[in-house]
Amino acid sequence: MTPHPHPDPAPGSPDGPPPAGDHAPSVGVSGIIKRFGEVQAIGGVTLDFPAGQVTALMGENGAGKSTLLKILTGDHQPTEGHVVVDGEPVTLDSPARARAAGIRIIPQEPEIVPHISVAENVYAGALPRKRGRLLDRAELDRRIRADLERLGFAHVLDPDLLGSQLTPAQRQLVEIMRALTGGTTARLIAFDEPTSSLSEHEVDALFALIRRLRDEGIAIVYVSHRMQEIFQLADRIAVLRDGTLVGVQDAATTEEGELVRLMVGRDLSAMFVRQRVATDRLVLDVQNLTTDDVSDISLRVHAGEVVGLAGLIGAGRSELALALAGDLPVRAGTVTLDGVRLRSGRPGDVIRAGLGLAPEERKAQALFLQQSIKENASLVVLDRLRRFRFVRRTAERRLAQEFSDRLRVRTPSIDHEVRKLSGGNQQKVVLARWLARKPKVLILDEPTRGIDVGAKAEIYQIIADLAAEGVAVLVISSELPELLGLADRVVVMQGGRITGELDRGEATEEAILELAMADDIVGAAPGASS
Amino acid sequence: MTLTSTPAPTVKGSGGDDGRASRRPAFLSGVGGQNISLIGALLVVLALFGVLNDNYLSLSNMQVIAEAATITGLLAIVQTVVIICGGLDISVGSQVGVASVVSAMVFTTTGSGAFLGMAAAVGVGLLVGAVNGVVIVYGRVNPTIATLAGLAAYKGLAQLLSDGRAQGYVLNNDVFVFLGRGKIAGLPVMVWILIVVAVTVHLLLKYTDIGRNLYAIGGNDTAARLAGISINKYLICVYTLIGAVAAIAGILLTARTGSGQPVSGSEGLELKAITAAALGGAALKGGKGGIGGTLLAVALLGCLENGLTVQGINTFWQNVAQGALLVIAVVIQQRRSGERAVGLPH
Repeated sequence: MTPHPHPDPAPGSPDGPPPAGDHAPSVGVSGIIKRFGEVQAIGGVTLDFPAGQVTALMGENGAGKSTLLKILTGDHQPTEGHVVVDGEPVTLDSPARARAAGIRIIPQEPEIVPHISVAENVYAGALPRKRGRLLDRAELDRRIRADLERLGFAHVLDPDLLGSQLTPAQRQLVEIMRALTGGTTARLIAFDEPTSSLSEHEVDALFALIRRLRDEGIAIVYVSHRMQEIFQLADRIAVLRDGTLVGVQDAATTEEGELVRLMVGRDLSAMFVRQRVATDRLVLDVQNLTTDDVSDISLRVHAGEVVGLAGLIGAGRSELALALAGDLPVRAGTVTLDGVRLRSGRPGDVIRAGLGLAPEERKAQALFLQQSIKENASLVVLDRLRRFRFVRRTAERRLAQEFSDRLRVRTPSIDHEVRKLSGGNQQKVVLARWLARKPKVLILDEPTRGIDVGAKAEIYQIIADLAAEGVAVLVISSELPELLGLADRVVVMQGGRITGELDRGEATEEAILELAMADDIVGAAPGASS
Repeated sequence: MTLTSTPAPTVKGSGGDDGRASRRPAFLSGVGGQNISLIGALLVVLALFGVLNDNYLSLSNMQVIAEAATITGLLAIVQTVVIICGGLDISVGSQVGVASVVSAMVFTTTGSGAFLGMAAAVGVGLLVGAVNGVVIVYGRVNPTIATLAGLAAYKGLAQLLSDGRAQGYVLNNDVFVFLGRGKIAGLPVMVWILIVVAVTVHLLLKYTDIGRNLYAIGGNDTAARLAGISINKYLICVYTLIGAVAAIAGILLTARTGSGQPVSGSEGLELKAITAAALGGAALKGGKGGIGGTLLAVALLGCLENGLTVQGINTFWQNVAQGALLVIAVVIQQRRSGERAVGLPH
């Protein structure tokens, strides 16, 4: 902390929100420049986060949002510039300092200890104790109930639940309670994509809470890719592009198109609509496939066709994809690929037969983050690039360069480590790997999750091009507009079964959702798993 | 996170990887930062002991160092391979003991079949290595635990076979004498063997698809599996390769000492091998490492050990130094990877 004292809240009531109408306390950043090696992540951002307002932070992946948040929370030190609290520059050289200065972040993935109670999770690190080191359970219970009551969570969060029993929304509430209790008063709370795992009414509840915090005089920073949310919630919208601030807009007078233009620096049509190029040649023919997670799946994809696979989370779509890719055991049924029946089994055989899968979790399931773009892109084609067992390095480089260029991976060189790329560019590397293999069938599981608008459009175009080349494409997505724009046909799953199929003409968001939630079908089916 | 992953916080200022690579003189650009530090350390050690002792830098002492480092070097090379895959093998020393005993005993009992003795040793090495691999892959036993069990079991096996004593006498055989004492073009045969193994493994790792797949398995095993790599097959092969190379080391130990040694000469080799691999830049998390760095680290360890011995430093202290070096190597590694100091390391 800086040597100068803050107008500190009364130490006796550390948990109370700051009084609204205080002399406009504020947190901001001034002239922030942040470099990582020779890469400049932020190039001179000055931005104020006024108390009692929701400031949305928008920008494509790689625009510098997360770096800026990390500077606010003391995780990163700015190369130049500083964080400003109440007009005074402060040095936040650790998360603890930032916390002491009243800056809190609600991380996208809440950090919850599974085997301890909500109360212990909330006060972890500052548990009340009796003399000695004994835990004061009575005080803990009193405190959590008082805080739950004060924050209005008493009816949604049972303090005795274990961390592992919490829903995604409740996990987030635990993080929010951590931010609002203990130590010093929160004056700024940053929410990093808080709604990505929440259901609709949970989102509503979260927004009500954010508005209440705002009205209590807390400065809110809200990071999200979802336009709708931004317009519902934000008072101001700050747009970052390539590490610089390209505009601070008044949310009430800004239009969506304008924001997108600011973010990507060019105009995008709101929705992608692909032309139909499907042929009659059957490429992927799945008959009565049953695994531990899905039952009796029959599915056909033709050359040049894009089939969308819709369903709620837990419907078994990703498990079906993994089974088709040979990674999960098949119990019954057949998979025929371009006329050749696939023996259930190993991913290697499936890949050689011509099926590729870009899995849901690209970092955990697809990428080698420490390795270069070149090595990531060439991995599944090494068997075509080798002479004896030696990899032909010039051929490898040429191939990786070709697909990196074709997919417009934004990088100074294909020798760059993949971990340094943004989410969208990482996804393009995964796609490059499969495009290089030239598969007959490509399964894309959530290909645009967590990717910014510009990269999304590029990935849609890549999918369209693939179909035009005659690849049979199966796209799994939870974003219905995306599926409607891309797919010739939408197959809907629920509870491990296919509950319906909609042609492009009849596919609407409502029709898909109806099928995705068609409880009666599964209820009637004997032996449906989970 | 759906947001961009930013470089680790410890990569600061102009010290980033890219920066270093571009500003380094061209002739060093292929060497790597880790190796430059190792060369530096090696030069310091050589200079230090060279000043302290006139004989230290003599050709004959260098040859002593090289011969002493050969067995460690062989094990460090295969240790590097298994570490690259994200595994570990702490039973290598015991495997050397088994192979040493088997080579001498088979040689002795069959009369004069040096090659038979060696073949038997290599066969046992392959078997022991494959057992390690199968236990780890199909028994789902953590590699450290599985090979810790192997460390004890194979040592016991060697002691059982030999009744705890040195076995046979092999220096009446030309082949063993050639391996242990012979020279080709002025270099000891043992060192040639090390060179051949090192070059082969280096080519395998850096230039073949097999090597790429090994790095991929260590880098992200799920992604490797989904990319069609048969992880199980590779891991079992790697552990089997370790067994084979450990057997070669065991044969060399027999040739050098003249008889099959169940324990002496092989005990503690696992520590040296792992230390060399870690010092040489093989990331214990897997996915990173190389033979060049490992060999430099072997040379560094060998020169250090010899220097301390020449100076008459107690071997107990050498053990302390050995342990300290391993910890220092890993601490440096973790610092570089930017891991945060929270709880148990991954």
